[in-house]
Amino acid sequence: MILIPCPWCGSRDAGEFAYGGEPTPRPDPRTATREQWRGYLYLRNNVAGWTTERWYHRMGCRRYLTVQRNTVTNEVRQP
Amino acid sequence: MVIVGGGVHGLATAYYLARNHGITNVAVLEKSYIGSGGSGRNTAILRSNYLTPDGVRFYDRSLKLYERLAAELNYNVMFSRRGHLTLAHNDSSLRTMRWRAEVNKASGVDSEVIGPADIKKLVPFMDTSERARYPILGALYHPPGGIIRHDAVVWGYARAADAMGVHVHQDTELTGIDVEQGRVTGVRTSRGSIATRVVVNCTAGWSTLVANLAGVRLPVQTFPLQAAVTEPVRPFLDTVVVSGTLHVYVSQTDRGELVFGASVDPFASYSTRGTLEFVEGLAGHVLQLMPSLSTLRLLRQWAGLCDMTPDFAPIMGHTEVDGFLVDVGWGTYGFKAGPVAGETMAECVATGRTPELISAFGLRRFADGSLVGEKGAAAVGH
Ligand SMILES: Cc1cc2nc3c(=O)[nH]c(=O)nc-3n(C[C@H](O)[C@H](O)[C@H](O)COP(=O)(O)OP(=O)(O)OC[C@H]3O[C@@H](n4cnc5c(N)ncnc54)[C@H](O)[C@@H]3O)c2cc1C
Ligand SMILES: [Zn+2]
Repeated sequence: MILIPCPWCGSRDAGEFAYGGEPTPRPDPRTATREQWRGYLYLRNNVAGWTTERWYHRMGCRRYLTVQRNTVTNEVRQP
Repeated sequence: MVIVGGGVHGLATAYYLARNHGITNVAVLEKSYIGSGGSGRNTAILRSNYLTPDGVRFYDRSLKLYERLAAELNYNVMFSRRGHLTLAHNDSSLRTMRWRAEVNKASGVDSEVIGPADIKKLVPFMDTSERARYPILGALYHPPGGIIRHDAVVWGYARAADAMGVHVHQDTELTGIDVEQGRVTGVRTSRGSIATRVVVNCTAGWSTLVANLAGVRLPVQTFPLQAAVTEPVRPFLDTVVVSGTLHVYVSQTDRGELVFGASVDPFASYSTRGTLEFVEGLAGHVLQLMPSLSTLRLLRQWAGLCDMTPDFAPIMGHTEVDGFLVDVGWGTYGFKAGPVAGETMAECVATGRTPELISAFGLRRFADGSLVGEKGAAAVGH
């Protein structure tokens, strides 16, 4: 079982959350090139190891939160 | 040249390089043992009833190569043509099935939409009644679909490639790619260096890690996909059955075990540990389809890594680094593509040109905004 530490509700089973993935900074639509915009849409780092990501506590407080997770072991910690 | 990854894609590429182009100065690098990745963990469903014309003709070619593979490799790959059913439980999926059937027929691929009565004839144990929570409205029936022995395919290609002079290096991990002035010059591995002008990345779930070594970014994310198998029972299920709505599919092996699968895990990961959530959800969904299976016992569950792309289509061919080619993005559906991917990648490497059959699958399509859009035929049915 994977526990996600919600800053508002405490540690809860990952099944209560929706995965938001790696945060990707949105380029300015007025100045972004096609390449930059498509990179924002499709490219992710897909890290093997510790990474920072967003999760949504859909069956709890319904807020977004940031956690660190090791994608090889699925160990989770608070950022 | 160097091929990274000893799964069906890497080994088939090596085999067709040697057989079709006489190129045998090839090293296949595999960090573990051959077939240790998705190629030894998949549920071995073969079909060509895709949604886009590009997808249909591509997978159809693969199925044709699979049909005569046992004779060609002199190795029993146990291809078993069963017929393949994709169930529709609502109007929108029925519409997608009709669409797929028309695209398939236009490409000469046998597919048609059938109703509950015909489904019941093919699979008598299925609950096709209107009392079901998600009643079955119809299905896309694809007679050429079937299953195969995945390990045998991997071993057969490896053996045949080896016999023609290809070197397959197990326990050999690629750790670096040397690029000078935008061109590949060599690779480093856990067992020494190799000078080469060509590297083909066939590492599926690990493919972004390998591409990063060459400085190439891929729109790929790694998600685990789980499967499970029951104890063997007498043969009662000929057809492969897939339900997108219930997120489940089932087939019966020649040994009598039922093989179950679903869609990918809900978050990206490189872990291949199975989860209880998966088997719980799976069992519930299987029983909605076939209530009489309730007393069957599960023997095993496992997971493999899938290299998911935004449009559920592969990424094949050249990259911006000269000599660095990719054959990745096989997601949950790439085992059936092994032969055609090997054949076309070998041609791509040998001639330097991109074969027509894979011209829609280039890496540039993401920057150009010309995605392939295969999700409607590949999200649950692999
Ligand atoms: C549970 C499950 C069910 C599936 N069901 C189906 C199905 O029914 N039908 C279907 O068509 N597809 C299915 N698939 C998908 C299919 O398994 C894959 O798409 C396919 O096997 C990919 O083959 P491959 O050769 O590209 O990669 P893999 O078989 O994953 O091989 C990649 C290899 O690269 C090696 N490697 C990685 N990094 C390095 C490195 N740095 N150096 C050296 N070697 C490295 C790995 O060890 C691995 O052996 C399923 C997958 C799973 C997990
Ligand atoms: Zn919360």
